Amino acid sequence: MKKEILICGGTGCTSSKSLELLDEMKKLIVEYGLEEKCSAHITGCLGFCEKGPIVKIFPKDTFYTKVQPEDAREIIETDIIKDELVNRLLYKLPGTEEEIPSQDDIPFYKKQLRIALRNCGIINPEVIEEYIGYGGYLALGKCLEEYSREEVIDIIKDSGLRGRGGGGFPTGLKWEFTKNSESDEKYVICNADEGDPGAFMDRSILEGDPHSVIEAMAIAAYVIGAKQGYVYIRAEYPLAIERLGKAIEQAREIGILGDNILGTDFSFNLGMKFGAGAFVCGEETALINSVEGQRGEPNPKPPFPSTSGLYGKPTLINNVETYANIPVIISKGAEWFNSVGTEKSKGTKVFALAGKVNNIGLVEVPMGTTLREILYDIGGGIQKGREFKAVQTGGPSGGCITAEDLDTPIDYDSLVAKGSMMGSGGMIVMDEDNCMVDIAKFYLEFTLDESCGKCTPCRIGNKRLYEILCKISDGKATEEDLDNLEDLSNIIKDTSLCALGQSAPNPVLSTIKSFRKEYEEHVLNHKCPAKICTSLLEYKITDDCIGCTKCAKICPAKCITGAVREVHVIDNTKCIKCGACFNGCPVHAIVKE
Amino acid sequence: MDYNYDIEQDMDKLRDYIDYLRIIKNEPGAVMPALQRAQQDYGFIPEAIVDIIALELGIHTSEIYGVATFYSQFRFEPKGEIDIAVCTGTACYVKGANDILTELTNLLGIKNGETSKDGKYSIEGIRCIGACGLAPVIKVNGDIYGNVSSKDIDKILKKYR
Ligand SMILES: Cc1cc2nc3c(=O)[nH]c(=O)nc-3n(C[C@H](O)[C@H](O)[C@H](O)COP(=O)(O)O)c2cc1C
Ligand code: SF4
Ligand code: SF4
Ligand code: SF4
Repeated sequence: MKKEILICGGTGCTSSKSLELLDEMKKLIVEYGLEEKCSAHITGCLGFCEKGPIVKIFPKDTFYTKVQPEDAREIIETDIIKDELVNRLLYKLPGTEEEIPSQDDIPFYKKQLRIALRNCGIINPEVIEEYIGYGGYLALGKCLEEYSREEVIDIIKDSGLRGRGGGGFPTGLKWEFTKNSESDEKYVICNADEGDPGAFMDRSILEGDPHSVIEAMAIAAYVIGAKQGYVYIRAEYPLAIERLGKAIEQAREIGILGDNILGTDFSFNLGMKFGAGAFVCGEETALINSVEGQRGEPNPKPPFPSTSGLYGKPTLINNVETYANIPVIISKGAEWFNSVGTEKSKGTKVFALAGKVNNIGLVEVPMGTTLREILYDIGGGIQKGREFKAVQTGGPSGGCITAEDLDTPIDYDSLVAKGSMMGSGGMIVMDEDNCMVDIAKFYLEFTLDESCGKCTPCRIGNKRLYEILCKISDGKATEEDLDNLEDLSNIIKDTSLCALGQSAPNPVLSTIKSFRKEYEEHVLNHKCPAKICTSLLEYKITDDCIGCTKCAKICPAKCITGAVREVHVIDNTKCIKCGACFNGCPVHAIVKE
Repeated sequence: MDYNYDIEQDMDKLRDYIDYLRIIKNEPGAVMPALQRAQQDYGFIPEAIVDIIALELGIHTSEIYGVATFYSQFRFEPKGEIDIAVCTGTACYVKGANDILTELTNLLGIKNGETSKDGKYSIEGIRCIGACGLAPVIKVNGDIYGNVSSKDIDKILKKYR
């Protein structure tokens, strides 16, 4: 049987040379004359980014990790020609070092259920036939031939699917509203802005399975009565743009997009619009302004896009992952879908698991999976055996969840109840070396950067909030500042125009609530327990100093003294905490205290 | 940084660009694609180009600046020969992206978002490139370096000098 070599082409793996690996494989296949016996392709993100580049070989489903271009020859000679495993490249179970040859047996994948990511890492995203081979475009055909527009809406409603872009609004209901808006022209839009720092699931779906989004948008257009659709995607995501562009072209060529689709009287065209890096453009009214070529500032709602959206016409906006779920729901039925998940959150959610966790990557789990399962069973626990401190979910609109809530089954509502949010699905794991004041500051700085400035509470309120946080991390704050922080946060939440401002203080409120002691350490004792807040720590030179004088030469404040070959000393009253000495010392003799 | 952009020298590129403007002229929302194409062709948005967009699309330059300044992708000065991007997504941040930025400032004397006076270096913080498994990540002239610590920066930059 012919062997197929699949090489992960997600952003994580291509960043560590998976495309060079592909070239090398292709070259070797020719060199050894194996064209009849095997072929090598690129696939979408396999999710296990920590162990990338990943190579899978079918039909045996062999799973190799951290494969470098130099390893290609051994894979060809051993696996393809001799049909033996390259043991050194197999995944090894941490602790026992047991080798696990196939994907399904790796703990990282065992608890996952891939619905939105069903094709990612399996099909070649650049070949439409592969998508069709896996059942693609059948759902569109079914909708056009068998189902009325109302019937499709009923299926989506019955499935219980809620929007994956953050808010969790019932998708079927949104489709119904837009369908019921009277207008000669309507639009469908896919929100692929994904500006949330630390989230990359939407991009991975577009990179790994663009046709599923195209198919869903065509179904949506049929249902609401639109002829034109747009995917709004960041210009900074070149790989996703390239793959989606190719997919749109292929779909057009075989008559999936264009006039009289599949021989019916339904016509639909799809184009891309490029965002230019403004987080607020993910907000739907801002996104519409941006597509119209204006500044991406939000408008007050109502009117909602479902009644007045792009060019004032009814517009359906859904998130990439929401769309990716649609074709399977149509194919397999509402009941199949809503048998997965919790009572009010059906199906699965894709999370971008990152930070101080062992198995970094994309994971898709049924709603209701606990954080502990995600972090420990799938994520493989905390890096370097450190202590878990918190996991930040929901990005800049979310909050931190601590150890005592690790057993909460996660869904839209339980996360909100814990003071956080599902958001787009970023999940950043933090350990004892992370300072929570600093994390709150990070998110606030992000929102400040990204605020459109249209309304005062967000523009000025968040600035003040940020200044107070800076005072705290500089050790110059008082207890009164702590109280102000909470009051101001609540005012900003209540009075901002759009959800960006309304949620900006969430990371602050949530970290104060769970880590008040840490805030107090900064305020009362001028100490940063995690040793992150630079102003509150001191650089010291230990006895490991060999007296090379390098630090004294690079110190911009000229506050390091010492003779050659003798231990140097820092005058901490003059030090500006730039860290140059710390980074420069060849023997790591300088420590932070 | 001061830069001189000699549009005369670039006439062929400019002609192509103006042709492009004429194609998109009648589409709704042409300002964004016009700016995006300029950024792609020139690496930044030269002042002269803003005037040309205004002329061709028949809108006031203030409107174009209004749009251009709203989006972080558009820049009004060229990048340095050695173009350094530091990922400041959350995953990279919790693993020390800030220390990397500080060390770059220590070494190069310019801050995030600046280009050095001689046009040699530019530093830019970018949000999440989607390679969180390699965090913290920096990109130098398009080459990606993963698991970088502030102590490695000097060594990495040496490759480009
Ligand atoms: C500041 C801000 C940024 C947002 N960014 C995104 C985004 O990047 N992607 C997305 O799908 N939704 C984003 N949203 C949510 C959208 O406004 C909208 O609710 C969503 O696209 C609707 O699709 P869904 O119902 O399928 O989730 C953002 C909202 C706000 C307030
Ligand atoms: S809350 Fe912030 S982002 Fe939203 S409209 Fe107001 S200023 Fe703009
Ligand atoms: S941190 Fe900077 S200022 Fe302080 S001693 Fe080191 S090099 Fe000098
Ligand atoms: S650089 Fe390190 S070893 Fe050299 S003098 Fe400074 S502390 Fe000592």
